[in-house]
Amino acid sequence: MMIDPLSVFLLLLSAATPILFAALGELVAERAGVLNLGVEGMMITGALAGFAAAHGTGNPFLGFLVAAVAGAAISLLFSALTQLFLANQVASGLALTLFGLGLTAMFGKPFEGVKAPAMPTGPLRINWIVWLGLIMVPLIWWFLNRSRAGLILRGVGENHDAAHALGYDVRLTRVTAVAFGGAMAGVGGAYVSIASVLQWTEGMTAGAGWIALAIVVFSNWTAPGVLAGAWLFGGVTVLQLRLQAAGVQVPVQLLSMAPYLATIIVLVLISARQKFSRRAGGAAPGSLGQNFHALR
Amino acid sequence: MQRRTLLATASALIMALAAPALAQDEPLKVGFIYVGPVSDGGWTYQHDQGRLAVEAEFGDRVETTYLENVPEGVDAERALTQLALAGNDVIYATSFGYMDAVMNVAAKFPDIKFEHNTGYKRADNVGTYDGRFYEGRAVIGTIAGRMTETNKIGYIATFPIPEVIQGINSAYLHARKVNPDVEMRVVWAYTWYDPAKEADAANALLAEGVDVILQHTNSTAPLAQLQQAGKIGFGQAADMSSFAPTPRVSSVYNNWAAHYVNSVGRVLDGTWQPDGVWGGIGDGIVAIGDITDAVPAEVKAEAEALRDAIGSGEYHPFTGPLNKADGSVWLAEGEVAQDEDLQGMNFYVEGITAQLPQ
Amino acid sequence: MIQLVPRQATSTAWQVATPVLAVLATMVAGGLLFAAMGHEPVAAIRTIFWDPLFGPAASYSRPQLLVKAAPLILIASGLAIGFRAGIWNIGAEGQYIIGGITGGAVALAAYPADGPWIFPAMVLAGMAGGWAWGMIPALLRNWFGASEILVSLMLVYVAQRVAAWMAFGPMRNPEGFGMPGSRNLQQYPAAANPELISGTGAHWGVVAAAVAVLATWFLMSRHIRGFHIRAAGTAPRAARFAGVNPATLVAFCLGLSGALAGAAGLFEVAGPAGQITDTLGTGYGFTAIIVAFLGRLHPVGILLAGLLLALTYIGGELAQLTMQLPAASVQVFQGMLLFFLLGFDLLTRFQIRRRVLA
Repeated sequence: MMIDPLSVFLLLLSAATPILFAALGELVAERAGVLNLGVEGMMITGALAGFAAAHGTGNPFLGFLVAAVAGAAISLLFSALTQLFLANQVASGLALTLFGLGLTAMFGKPFEGVKAPAMPTGPLRINWIVWLGLIMVPLIWWFLNRSRAGLILRGVGENHDAAHALGYDVRLTRVTAVAFGGAMAGVGGAYVSIASVLQWTEGMTAGAGWIALAIVVFSNWTAPGVLAGAWLFGGVTVLQLRLQAAGVQVPVQLLSMAPYLATIIVLVLISARQKFSRRAGGAAPGSLGQNFHALR
Repeated sequence: MQRRTLLATASALIMALAAPALAQDEPLKVGFIYVGPVSDGGWTYQHDQGRLAVEAEFGDRVETTYLENVPEGVDAERALTQLALAGNDVIYATSFGYMDAVMNVAAKFPDIKFEHNTGYKRADNVGTYDGRFYEGRAVIGTIAGRMTETNKIGYIATFPIPEVIQGINSAYLHARKVNPDVEMRVVWAYTWYDPAKEADAANALLAEGVDVILQHTNSTAPLAQLQQAGKIGFGQAADMSSFAPTPRVSSVYNNWAAHYVNSVGRVLDGTWQPDGVWGGIGDGIVAIGDITDAVPAEVKAEAEALRDAIGSGEYHPFTGPLNKADGSVWLAEGEVAQDEDLQGMNFYVEGITAQLPQ
Repeated sequence: MIQLVPRQATSTAWQVATPVLAVLATMVAGGLLFAAMGHEPVAAIRTIFWDPLFGPAASYSRPQLLVKAAPLILIASGLAIGFRAGIWNIGAEGQYIIGGITGGAVALAAYPADGPWIFPAMVLAGMAGGWAWGMIPALLRNWFGASEILVSLMLVYVAQRVAAWMAFGPMRNPEGFGMPGSRNLQQYPAAANPELISGTGAHWGVVAAAVAVLATWFLMSRHIRGFHIRAAGTAPRAARFAGVNPATLVAFCLGLSGALAGAAGLFEVAGPAGQITDTLGTGYGFTAIIVAFLGRLHPVGILLAGLLLALTYIGGELAQLTMQLPAASVQVFQGMLLFFLLGFDLLTRFQIRRRVLA
């Protein structure tokens, strides 16, 4: 085959960026024990807010900053429901996605048909935001595994009752983690509108938030795993498109199923290892998806 | 062509006669059902521009409403019935997937006129309308063939259906006509609209050495990538003029206004028929956007001459001798493709080396 | 300081009152939203909540409420049982799609045969397909301890791609001019799922939803398995001592909810949707999760919640038609309704007390 692997890799870096950001954010939220299915809603919010700010100020980086704030802000709705009102996380996340898609479609009208300012490229002719995404991977790994705050966050996610008994504020930890997840999803969404398309149209994230959720599972809840997952999911798309461009016939539907099947297999292997060898750690956080209420 | 003049005379006639068939004060109610939001900047946006053109043309004599974001399948039949019950006299269904729902609802409301976009089923009160998009592809294919320096042009395709295959073949044939060395690279995105994926598809083509990209998908994402790469492309569905003069050097856009004004005019003057309208450049339905100065003047003139030849009916983009990709004869010398053949097109023409997905 | 104190038993009075409060709060907030957009708020709220039931076209929209609500209720009834036991099937969307495909496959294989066995066989095949798709996460959880939440969600994506593959490949209508999508089962009488009594909207899916509500109510309140399910959900350790086998329960709950979702998929494919397309999944499986929670995981609650959501869909369409409200504002309105319902749910499980500071 005449395909240059380096060119595929460069395509992949850019293609994987939105899902990498969103998945890293969701990783932190899930490590704190919160399953937020509203990633798509937060991404689209970031896509619009970021685009509006980039268009208004002419500065794409300011756009990304605003996108992060907007993503975090809308995640507070989810946090209020699940942490304050103790509503079910799955239902609240789905509601957030619906609400985010509707809200942005409504407020996005004035920004239709206008263009975002051009994104300056960074070192090696690669976009600065792509670099930022790559840098976030070791940072989040370090935060989760080496920092004290990360230890507390994981403790809250593994066993919120124990964390509470030790005097940690479960609710505050989770709200913060979800807000971080929202900020990252917002940046991921803004990458689509500011760096990929340079325009705003409603529903433009087109399901990337759902892929991010799959990537977190694939990652076995680790930051390097998220990078691998984003590259796998982005890579399958890029590779099949690249092969097609080179004139090779590929079974697109079957190939696009593959990453999801791989995710299930990874999940099963990790769960099985944990179940049969009784090793600590690995697999899903112990309190994932469960709400916490302190009885005092 | 006839339909263009008909359009002008029809509206002139209406002005003069004030539509005896509907001489009462009650305006004609016209309903539209859209698969996407009116703000999609592409397919649905162009249909809605057509709706606004109907309002501008007929003023108080019509009243238009629309339902947007109606998914194909389970919800379409109810949405169409709601439009019928709301008192609409004519209903335009603007996506292929509405076809069977239109037939069902039309059977229940024989007094209401329906028109279905891109479908093939008709009845006494159901007409169809579609664009000969391949005519526009011939024009931009010519520009692409002239403009490419690497002799590789790319095509971001949506789904392997006849309309798209016509487009690929037409673009390729006319690029090859002006540049015998040209190669066509096709990428099937399996989506009409997914900006991130369209951007990936454009980048995959660029990595293959393609320097001109034609797209059948509806977002501006490929143009955004082309801008960064310093290569060129074309607007699709809508004019996408915010990317002019480069990377968007021209466009093929759907000017449904031409059809809607004509069709509503016929309803108003009582001459509407359940036709199968398949209109092209000559009917004004398929329009070529402004060719920018990024294109050399002689290439622009050549493209415009082709556009006019197709528009006047003097030239058909699929004129023999043409062979299929498997080497068998499709059209003999001077033979012109029949509409029925085109509407079921499931093969590439000779010269395209890729395989059609089955 | 405000303090939340869990109730000994969930308050029945609040269970009834909170949805009403939530709907009222949505009306106020939604009214403000519509007013801010320059629409008459009272008229908008009336169009969404009142007109589908008692408006001028109510004789059509009332039955449509059943059509829209039936799949939601059918799927949510099954999901709620698992949710009660702490078994989280969030992949009903995938089970719905697979059920539609396997059930539809029976019809496509039988075509054009006639016989009273065809439709029942389709229903069984649809349920079997949904059951099998639901058993994958069940078995993976029982054998390897893999989270059923995540496996069932992943299988939604796989099912969506299976649907696209089928629509473009093996199940494509051979008479469809190369367009995606299977034959239309509405036009194949032996396989169709039509309206049973004209003007009621009720097709077999509506009947099945009614049966599901009754059966799940019986199961949960009168049957020993229902007791086991409730025990497993509230006190898993105690349930285990009482002889409840968790693995059996996982298989039962996921299998049952999968089978019901699969049946819902088949009823839609053979009825309102009519065919297997790449857009077969329109989100019923996810919306049903919300319905299950809004219905407090109780069969009667689910019935009402399903109807309420159907009301906002149909009322939202009417608001688009009669008041030109954009589809997006209706979506925002629905989002608000869900937020308020989920938020107010707190009052059923907790008492709010003022904490006395010592």
